[in-house]
Amino acid sequence: MSTTHYEDPTTVVGKAATYVDDRLAPAGFMKRLLTKVFPDHWSFMLGEIALYSFIILLLSGTYLTLWFKPSMTEVIYNGSYLPLKGVKMSEAFSSTLNISFDVRGGLLMRQIHHWAALFFVAAVSVHLLRVFFTGAFRKPREINWVIGTGLLTLAILEGFAGYSLPDDLLSGTGLRIAEGIMQAIPLVGTYVAMFLFGGEFPGTDFISRLYSVHILLIPGILLGLVTAHLLMVVYQKHTQFPGPGRTESNVVGYRLLPIYMAKAGGFFFVVFGITTLIAGLVTINPIWLYGPYTPSQITAGSQPDWYIGWLDGAVRVTPNIETSAFGHTISWNILIPALIIPGIMFTALGLYPWIEAWVTGDKREHHLLDRPRNAPTRTALGVMALSFYLILWIAGGNDIIATSFNLSINTLIWSFRIMLFVVPPISFVITKRICLSLQRRDNDKLLHGYETGRILRLPHGEFIEIHEPISVAEAAMILGKSDVPALALPPVVDEQGVKNPKARSSKVRARLSSWYYSENVPVPTAEELQAAREHQEHALHAAGEAGAIEGSSH
Amino acid sequence: MSDLEHFHGEEPIGSVDGIDVVSGKQVFPMGPHEPRRADIDPKAAKRAERQVATMFVLATVLILGFVVVYVKVPTTKLVAFPIVGTASLSNVLLGTLFGLGMFLIGAGAIHWAKKLMPDVEVAEARHEMRSTPTARQEFAAAVKQGAAESGFGERKIIRRTLLGALALFPIPLVVILRDLGPMPGTRLRTTLWGKGVHLVTDPTYRRIRPEDIPIGGLINAVPENLLHKEEEDGNLNERGKASIIIVRMDPADIVSQQGAGWDYQGIVAYSKICTHVGCPISLYQQRTHHLLCPCHQSTFDLSDSGKVVFGPAARRMPQLAITVDADGYLVAQQGFTEPVGPSFWERG
Repeated sequence: MSTTHYEDPTTVVGKAATYVDDRLAPAGFMKRLLTKVFPDHWSFMLGEIALYSFIILLLSGTYLTLWFKPSMTEVIYNGSYLPLKGVKMSEAFSSTLNISFDVRGGLLMRQIHHWAALFFVAAVSVHLLRVFFTGAFRKPREINWVIGTGLLTLAILEGFAGYSLPDDLLSGTGLRIAEGIMQAIPLVGTYVAMFLFGGEFPGTDFISRLYSVHILLIPGILLGLVTAHLLMVVYQKHTQFPGPGRTESNVVGYRLLPIYMAKAGGFFFVVFGITTLIAGLVTINPIWLYGPYTPSQITAGSQPDWYIGWLDGAVRVTPNIETSAFGHTISWNILIPALIIPGIMFTALGLYPWIEAWVTGDKREHHLLDRPRNAPTRTALGVMALSFYLILWIAGGNDIIATSFNLSINTLIWSFRIMLFVVPPISFVITKRICLSLQRRDNDKLLHGYETGRILRLPHGEFIEIHEPISVAEAAMILGKSDVPALALPPVVDEQGVKNPKARSSKVRARLSSWYYSENVPVPTAEELQAAREHQEHALHAAGEAGAIEGSSH
Repeated sequence: MSDLEHFHGEEPIGSVDGIDVVSGKQVFPMGPHEPRRADIDPKAAKRAERQVATMFVLATVLILGFVVVYVKVPTTKLVAFPIVGTASLSNVLLGTLFGLGMFLIGAGAIHWAKKLMPDVEVAEARHEMRSTPTARQEFAAAVKQGAAESGFGERKIIRRTLLGALALFPIPLVVILRDLGPMPGTRLRTTLWGKGVHLVTDPTYRRIRPEDIPIGGLINAVPENLLHKEEEDGNLNERGKASIIIVRMDPADIVSQQGAGWDYQGIVAYSKICTHVGCPISLYQQRTHHLLCPCHQSTFDLSDSGKVVFGPAARRMPQLAITVDADGYLVAQQGFTEPVGPSFWERG
């Protein structure tokens, strides 16, 4: 059939590869994949940590399912944890105690799972910040940004579902709050709560329902989205920071085989190793101390896992507004912090790439990253949002702060309420100023070099400090700053003298755009660089001729 | 800036005469590769090789150690650490051995990559993401041809009936969820409390005499019929609604109540379930008669009809009218007159 002559492989690996290739022909694709180039930067490892934590979660979670019993049936505990012997509790709680005290290595798996969950959401969040502040979400990566937003949302939900499963006093209280929030949804809230809980709270159905959501539904979606997220990174190729040899049309770094196989593969073990070490040495979620859940008990100082803190804080600081009219109650005190604010925050997060592109009118592809200072308005907006989030997060621990520092809880809540409106705008202004100053500093370094600390004394007594040119890598980094695109707006009145119906929105857009780019510091032109260089050489030359004496400023 | 001119290297992909063809920015060529110690000194390379191998050997030993600990150390054995307290010996050892073992595998691999594998950066070309115009046209043509062949556009009756059927297709998937739970009914409005129901201590189910409670004292209580009801229902639903707290204060301290004579000699009973999102409230301050929710710090004044004095809760704590029966035990005069717990749409 074929005229091509195939050479028979002699090695085992060769034979195996031939066997697979005869059937699936992956050689071309695998060659491209294995020689794929990825750029190197410490911040690109944040997403890796998230990915590896997710794999650790899948592994450790699978172990836990072997012993965990997702049932709210009441049993009498008879395991080896003596303080709870003979106590009535749900099978879920009792089996979690068994995993912790009677299954060898069970506590380790539980603690690996819990720590990995904390690290997972943390890594996803910090990775998101990295992508935001470097502008990596810009065209053509907006879709992957939305997937990332979805991943963060699901990661938070998945974490909450996970720590609610053991049915201990702390997590049960969390579920009680979640149920109270569901009831606050107008029109359908009561039904939503009744249906999800199989009747009133706590019922006997919820843990097993939550279990299938936690181990099948959400992880399934997460796995799909993570896969899509990664495939897109491979397909679109990773972004890179500006630097020598870096252009919009290339990607500079190391090949997957062998460098990233070793580095990234090794890093997986490093993340797994550190997570396991922490799980061995630091207790997390000691449910045996909290005891089994009962709706009539609670412990003071209840705190959710860290990623729920901001929501809890929002619920704590919202004033007690409730309206009751026409026989219906709307609990704004719950709706606003638990549904409306998070809804706005996540929607704005997901839409940000389009919002920014609309304001800037920038339709170009971007494969070279922005340094945060070079996009001052974006960076300032990010810090502003972050400060809002952080205040909510801190407010989530207001009782702990009050008791630890002996402060009035009332004063604290009022401070947080005021701070939520005052601190973000201040953060915006300060961040923008710092970014602009850093840009000016960069220009200064380009034009006049860096300060060496070496002082020359000229014969007539004047002191000058010697400035040396910065390295090529640094100069390339600074000059790689992306420029301001021209915002092409339709004219208010076209050639035929017809008024453009979009004139008003273009005006708003033009104003926003000029605000976005206001005060941006342009990089020096080639002429300015040349002039600065000549001036510097001249000064040094003159100093040398005059017989200057060098000292040190240190 | 004088160094830049003396810099040699190839023109990077995507740049012509030192200008990025896409962005128009200046592009600097990559610098010459600077060899590492291991690249030029065979001894250094050998040393790096030994270091990597040592890490892998140590990892092997640690992982074998894990198996030994798994078999030998019982889970019940505790180990005391100064300051931080006691921990399960088995957990500490298993975590340390396995964790360090994996860490060393990873560290070895990374060390190997950094010291011995090539560290020359390479470049790969990338192209604008969009397809070529031809590919787009061919795609559009294929879709149009397919649509035309199917007759989706022309056979309107097929299209409309199909869309109609597809629109209804998810209905069974939603309807089938109906049996997830019962309709709300009056569930959120009723509790086990009613006329003559005894107040008993939680969790010991002992009836309470007024003289058992000193002024300033607090008792967590439930209705006496809860024990039977919980066994019958097999759930904690009623407990989640009927839990109350009983406090006794100087009758002169009572500013107001939700009903005249709802206390018994300064003993008042209030729902324990927060009207905010339903946490059981447990922190009571004798001096101010304030009740503080540990979840979101809503504060209620039990000497003044349980009204909200601070925090996110919008509604007062429902009060339970109490008295004593013929034998001198505390009983309810009637059930709660308003729904307990968090608000809901139909609450009114």
